[in-house]
Amino acid sequence: MMNSLRNFALSLVGITLVIGLWAMASAFWSADLPSPMKTWEESKLYIMQPLEKRGEMDQGIGLLAAYSLVRVAKGFLLGILFGAPLGLLLGASQLLSKMFDPVIQVLRPISPLAWLPLGLVLFRQSEPAALFTIAICSMWPTVINTMHGVRAIPQDYINVAKVLRLSPWKRFTKVLLPSTLPYMFTGFRLSLGIAWLVIVASEMLTGTPGVGGFLWQEYNSLIYSHILLCILTIGVVGFTLDRMMAFVENKLRTA
Amino acid sequence: MRPLEITSLTKTFYTPTGPQTVVRDFNTKIQPGEIVALLGHSGCGKSTVLSIIAGLQDATAGGVVIDGREIDGPGLERAMVFQSPSLLPSLTALDNVLLAVDQAHPKNRRKQNRERAQKYLRLVGIEEYGSQRPAELSQGTQQRVAIARAFAMEPRFLLLDEPFGALDSITRCELQDLLVDLCAAKPRTVILVTHDVDEALLLSDRIILMTDGPEARVGREIDVALPRPRSRTAVMDTPAYFAMRNEILEFLESHSKQFQH
Repeated sequence: MMNSLRNFALSLVGITLVIGLWAMASAFWSADLPSPMKTWEESKLYIMQPLEKRGEMDQGIGLLAAYSLVRVAKGFLLGILFGAPLGLLLGASQLLSKMFDPVIQVLRPISPLAWLPLGLVLFRQSEPAALFTIAICSMWPTVINTMHGVRAIPQDYINVAKVLRLSPWKRFTKVLLPSTLPYMFTGFRLSLGIAWLVIVASEMLTGTPGVGGFLWQEYNSLIYSHILLCILTIGVVGFTLDRMMAFVENKLRTA
Repeated sequence: MRPLEITSLTKTFYTPTGPQTVVRDFNTKIQPGEIVALLGHSGCGKSTVLSIIAGLQDATAGGVVIDGREIDGPGLERAMVFQSPSLLPSLTALDNVLLAVDQAHPKNRRKQNRERAQKYLRLVGIEEYGSQRPAELSQGTQQRVAIARAFAMEPRFLLLDEPFGALDSITRCELQDLLVDLCAAKPRTVILVTHDVDEALLLSDRIILMTDGPEARVGREIDVALPRPRSRTAVMDTPAYFAMRNEILEFLESHSKQFQH
């Protein structure tokens, strides 16, 4: 109890220090950087009325974040829908994994900024292009972790499956899936993190309403305080998502 | 019913440092209803022999014949207890046993198999833990579930691969007594791999002593002519027990010396 109180106090000190640095930077270094106070004044409306819709882009931060979250959820689900089965296949088959490992290693480090134009070419619309980008960027941790999960199934369980002559379906549901699930979830967590990183880039380039779209619009309108508002929102939402996934992951590990 | 025949069984592993023949020309016949112990030093290849009988590994030469047919993989007429409990972690104790019963007897009614799984959990003395998952059970209790799983299949052959090797000595004694009871209740063909001399003498009708690897083979066979039903204390009081025990220890001793020189 004392310890968690102390940790909380320490993190408050850290936050205060960073805000102090920010204030100093805006006062002495860059006149264009809005001070913390100014940021708060100009963002108050968006934070205090988070669900207010005044125009296509001029909306409460809660609504904007919700648009982004829905888009991320779609792209993320799409990504793991392809990623998890792909990981299972690659983990189960030496042949496939040798065949596709180089491809994956090359595709994995490609930035969302590079995928998005290809998505636009392929789908001709910004929304599917954004989902394509999120899916293809975020699926790799799921693929790789699932693959490792399959490879890490203890030999004991494989022997039991052989001795009991389990059918492929029973091997899948009783042995493979339960042992792989914790690994998969680690992959899901990392994938969701990436999906949230990608959202900003894809919204910026497509100009769709959401935190990233709003951020880019406000930059073009020279309202710099809202850039900071968006940055903070992105961070807080990403942090919350990660905590939530970690919670589920822990439940799975102990179950 | 015809015996299980192991003929000229040879197993070679191809390692980066060259081929390693673990077992060479292993021969024996195991009669229906017989309890045979494979005894030898650690690493002598006795588990390899059992694993080939189970169909988990292929023989390099020779083979295992059941009813005139050479085995080519695992079969439900052969049930196995591994050194570690090897229970599927996502299933409860009862479901682990039930899965095996369902596999061995797919035509039975669900209810019938369920009752049989429960019966065997009761026989190994852990009926009350049926609804718990392996992670919630002690190592000894998990191994009881594994024994129940194998026996509940009511297989023709029971293959036990150092089933008590990982347990503390008190639990080991308890489970050895349990195995004596289970085998007395319903005679079965059992092949037990062990490096525990007393365990082999308590449980088996015949002990196959293996020479040390590499290239292990049958060194000597000893008929354990102790009366059944056996109990640990009664068995230890007979002079025959000590004579056999000394013979085995001498054999193991001399072979471990050979190995060192």
